[in-house]
Amino acid sequence: MAEKLLKIKKINTRGFKNLVRGNDYRKEATISYAILVGGYLVLQLLTAAGLIGHNLQGQFVPICVYISLAVSLNLVVGISGELSLGHAGFMAVGAFSGILMSRILGNGMSFEPLIIIISMLFGALMAALAGFIIGIPILGLRGDYLAIVTLAFGEIIRNFMNVLYFGLDDGKLRFAFNHTIDGIDNNERIITGAIGATGTKTMATFTWGLLLCLFTVFVVLNLKNSKQGRAIMSIRDNRIAGESIGLDVRKYKLMAFVVSAALAGMAGCLFGLNYSTLVPVKFNFNTSVLILVFVVLGGVGNIWGGIIAAALLTVLPETFRQFADYRMLTYAIVLIVVMICTYNPAIKARVTGIWAKVNPFKKKRGGDKGKGKKSRKEAA
Amino acid sequence: MNLLTNIISGLSLGSVYAIIALGYTMVYGISKMLNFAHGDVIMIGGYMSFVMTMYMGLNGWLALLVAIFICTALGITIERLAYRPLRGTGSLAVLITAIGVSYFLQNIALLIWGANPKMFTSLFKGMKPIHAANGQLTITPESLFTILANIIIMVLLTLFVNKTKAGKAMRAVSEDNGAAQLMGINVNQSISLTFAIGSGLAAVAGVLMLSAYPVLMPTTGAMPGIKAFTAAVFGGIGSIPGAMIGGLILGIIEIFSRAYISTELSDAIVFACLIIVLLVKPTGLLGKKVSEKV
Repeated sequence: MAEKLLKIKKINTRGFKNLVRGNDYRKEATISYAILVGGYLVLQLLTAAGLIGHNLQGQFVPICVYISLAVSLNLVVGISGELSLGHAGFMAVGAFSGILMSRILGNGMSFEPLIIIISMLFGALMAALAGFIIGIPILGLRGDYLAIVTLAFGEIIRNFMNVLYFGLDDGKLRFAFNHTIDGIDNNERIITGAIGATGTKTMATFTWGLLLCLFTVFVVLNLKNSKQGRAIMSIRDNRIAGESIGLDVRKYKLMAFVVSAALAGMAGCLFGLNYSTLVPVKFNFNTSVLILVFVVLGGVGNIWGGIIAAALLTVLPETFRQFADYRMLTYAIVLIVVMICTYNPAIKARVTGIWAKVNPFKKKRGGDKGKGKKSRKEAA
Repeated sequence: MNLLTNIISGLSLGSVYAIIALGYTMVYGISKMLNFAHGDVIMIGGYMSFVMTMYMGLNGWLALLVAIFICTALGITIERLAYRPLRGTGSLAVLITAIGVSYFLQNIALLIWGANPKMFTSLFKGMKPIHAANGQLTITPESLFTILANIIIMVLLTLFVNKTKAGKAMRAVSEDNGAAQLMGINVNQSISLTFAIGSGLAAVAGVLMLSAYPVLMPTTGAMPGIKAFTAAVFGGIGSIPGAMIGGLILGIIEIFSRAYISTELSDAIVFACLIIVLLVKPTGLLGKKVSEKV
């Protein structure tokens, strides 16, 4: 297998196309898919062996959802270089519209996979629409102003969810604003304002979670390595230079924003289908921040780093629930210390110096690097 | 008269936002960072004042002074330990660190005082509300003193920034950090001073806010913090008069939408107004337009 991969690598490096695409793409993709599939298989095996507790099993779908959200937010923060603080808003749009669609379909259909797929697509569509509506006016703003507007947008969405009411009446959808729906039985209500969505049939499974993650990574990596992706990144690196070679800045920024929103909507939909009740408060500013923390701790722009960060940071706080009082405090301290250690140049140099001394993979790595340089020289 | 009452409570709420927004706007002006932990300094200020009056038996005003002192120290410490190591590393790293600090303060408060809300005693307990226009218009002492405090703080701060040497140094640092250092200005000291003033004002805002809305919880500071931040952006972040105007407008919009449109949607309306303002004037009402160098 390893030989085969190497062979492909060798052949492809000769091709012109791969001079542009580079080996980084394949490396990133291989690592990302391997982490996702490997993690899935290991967890499934451990579950089958009875080594994983009930609580952790309940976290499988949320982990997948957060991974998917982290990867999609990376498209905006890492690849497009804009700070977004409203990702949970798109998640909310996807979740509630997805739940709505699943309830409507569930009335006449019993084939679950089809319901899930259609609901997720609908959730993605609605979130993309929200992203488009929000994106058009605001993407002209720069830096911190964009961040505050996305924050405001997330809060607006959550506020609207608090006053929206949806229900089914003899199979017909009924909709109300700011007051309860009269004349509908409780079990016919789908979304009840601040109480949120109730009576959702929980259809999400770990396998669906994996498929969601794979799809998200596939979309983001391929966008990153397309003509459009390179345009987006060149605008991120130098907006004026990008403009001067004729790139439509707004169009490309909007593209990254809308795709990211659609993927977040999809993830939100699966999140919604994982719980029988879902309150809008779940999608507040803290959730947006949480996703941003995954992205930053995983390394901005690094897809597989985000995957690991999202998985670990979802599992660890749950695992240490018995230390409830201290776990969030520790989380906060770790967050600050990690940021200072990775971003402060002086401290970072010291940390990497210590790491170089104790690094068990040191020799192997050094050898690999030398090899890589050699082969690159040979190729040239 | 109903309209006038609403305007007064809007101005009062807006004054609180304006005082908090000052902290955001000054810190942003001088170090170009979004200090998301600012809202939680308000909460700490509230708790300090609460502890001083409840357990130490201090007079409310004395407790306020202690709270201001502690929050000032807290602000300087936060800047020194968490933000200074990250100066000049881009906004994202500092933003995440600020969020870390915010979680830290909230959870410290949770550990010490628990999640149960505490009822805050008003600073102006015992004072009688003023009745005007045959009793149709009522002005609570909380509203009156909040608005007064806002005006006094604005005047003093404007004088400080424009007339004193330290204020001049602060302006110089926010204009051009490197050049200020070359001119012999102690940049670290100026930034510390900014954090100190901002955090001290946060304590004042916290006590004033809790006097009017007396529920004190570890998350009390979060939402006012976000809204005051919105106010700072609304008025043009980095501008001191902008923070005042932004805060007052935001407070009035919030109270009016609560009174005449919908209680649940008031936050949404406030944020929608922010988006509209930024679309028309991308740097806020009084913000400076920064031209890009190629």
